[in-house]
Amino acid sequence: MKRRPATFRKLTNRLVVGLSGGAALLGLFFLGWILMGVILRGISALSPDFFTKLPTPPGVPGGGLVNAIVGTLLITLAAVLLGVPLGILGGIYLSEFGEHSRVAATVRFAANVLMGTPSIIVGVFIYAIIVFPTGHFSGYAGAVSLAVIMLPVVVRTTEDMLRLVPNTLRESALALGAPRWKVTFQVVFRAAKSGLLTGVLLAVARVSGETAPLLFTALNSPYWVKSLSGPTANLTVTIFNYAMSPYRDWQRQAWGASLLIMVGVLLATLLGRRVLKEKKRK
Amino acid sequence: MEIVFPSNPHPAGTPSGVPAPPLENTSPSKVRRKDGDSLFRLVTLGSALVIPLLIAGLFVSLTDMSMPSIRHFGLKFILSSAWNPVKHDFGALSSIYGTLISTLIAMVIAVPLSLAIALFQVELIPPRLGRFIGSSIELLAAIPSIIYGMWGLFVFAPFMADHVQPFLADITGTLPFFQGPPMGIGLLTAGLILALMILPFITSVASDVFRMVPVQLKESAYGMGSTTFEVARKVTLRYGIDGIVGAAFLGLGRALGETMAVTFVIGNSHKISTSLFTGANSIASTLANEFTEASDPLYLSSLVELGLILLVITIGVQILSQLWLKRMRGKSGRGL
Repeated sequence: MKRRPATFRKLTNRLVVGLSGGAALLGLFFLGWILMGVILRGISALSPDFFTKLPTPPGVPGGGLVNAIVGTLLITLAAVLLGVPLGILGGIYLSEFGEHSRVAATVRFAANVLMGTPSIIVGVFIYAIIVFPTGHFSGYAGAVSLAVIMLPVVVRTTEDMLRLVPNTLRESALALGAPRWKVTFQVVFRAAKSGLLTGVLLAVARVSGETAPLLFTALNSPYWVKSLSGPTANLTVTIFNYAMSPYRDWQRQAWGASLLIMVGVLLATLLGRRVLKEKKRK
Repeated sequence: MEIVFPSNPHPAGTPSGVPAPPLENTSPSKVRRKDGDSLFRLVTLGSALVIPLLIAGLFVSLTDMSMPSIRHFGLKFILSSAWNPVKHDFGALSSIYGTLISTLIAMVIAVPLSLAIALFQVELIPPRLGRFIGSSIELLAAIPSIIYGMWGLFVFAPFMADHVQPFLADITGTLPFFQGPPMGIGLLTAGLILALMILPFITSVASDVFRMVPVQLKESAYGMGSTTFEVARKVTLRYGIDGIVGAAFLGLGRALGETMAVTFVIGNSHKISTSLFTGANSIASTLANEFTEASDPLYLSSLVELGLILLVITIGVQILSQLWLKRMRGKSGRGL
């Protein structure tokens, strides 16, 4: 091996250590820049009106986004009602019946692939199977597309969380004569409760900031949310529309909505990760 | 204290738990138990199978809807850079070009940066501080992409226009990549924001990989007098190279399909230009911008075909990366 002088090696080492520290600082700097950028611009838009009033036409000052806030909550709720039970049942199969089965391996593989599928493609898919045949955009279609995005996440976290429950617990319940479904729902679930809730929380955090799948499913609407069967107002598509508009007032509202979404998603994510970390440490 | 209600079916003194079932009931309940369990198994299996069915459904429905365009344009669709809704002439080339170039920029920047950050947080600083940096960087992954879009358009793009682009144009002179007016938006800005978005994914997997390198290996290298950088380059990186490739794949898949952040800053032009300063489009941004406006069936079908192309590319990348990670897991025998 070629010998290099020690000073040269030490210098290179210093340089690389410095550079990698710089890279870490750069990452943190951008995080801070984004957070501050959104907070500073968004905070001035968050007035009581923002949470209580309907949007005004462009040029008319005032107004709020209460319809979009309610719409986002309803669409997300509907997505949870659809995606979470299905995902939890699927996760049960993987963890309780599918340890060595080929089917389970295929499902796991497919879940990972679906998690990596761009969310806009899911939007196109739901457009093709719901919006196009029914002939109109709807909040329900938006909820279905969010549920599709949520599903693989819930399945995988459910499996992980159920696997953390020791097998001896299952065996003792089975030995007492309890049927499998009772063992799962009354024993295993009780042991994995906080983990399952965290998984759901993380999945909700992930979809509540989604925009692309709602663009051509739920669309958007300036009116009050009466039902989810027509175009439904929601925060993220409103941000997109308002940000692209030339009106100052609308752009300000878009910043307010961005702040609201960002804080909500980040808080849910932080909370979820914290619980997960504590669980894994145990 | 025990409160006994008049209607209490368990008289005081007997255990209030579930009474033992009468003997003659045992065999029917056994049968019922078996039925209940096989039903339970079936229901969970059915729910699990929804996922592979969804993937099949994605392919079938997108192919079905893009049939008019596939029939009308054939293979020419991929090779043509035309995009003219008025003349009903559509081609995917400019969108594919924009998708690939913006992803390339993102990868070129994000991969080395993520490796440096991962190395820094795992090897060079105390574990506590390393964990803090790690979870902060991971926060970047939790920020919704529409926020990146807002920030990119209103904060980052003006910064690019005022400072970065004039500077790049000055130092590179007549290089064709950095020509044109510094508007702030365009392929370069989109690529940079994408880099920022995939950074946390690659960093997180890479730091897991680095943590898996056996301490004895590193310590023996230190014992021979290696510097930290030499250990990192010749031991840690070499040991973890498979995992790093897997991490890069994950980032690649994300960058290809990212929609909102790119849509805000890429400029939405269907012209192919060598300059990274001019407006361009990606498959995802074209879909986001034009899908609801496509009134004419051929227009809509062409857009769906764009989506199908993106689906094929991203699923290909996903499958490759899954197979790669699986192979790696088999080799190292540990979960990642």
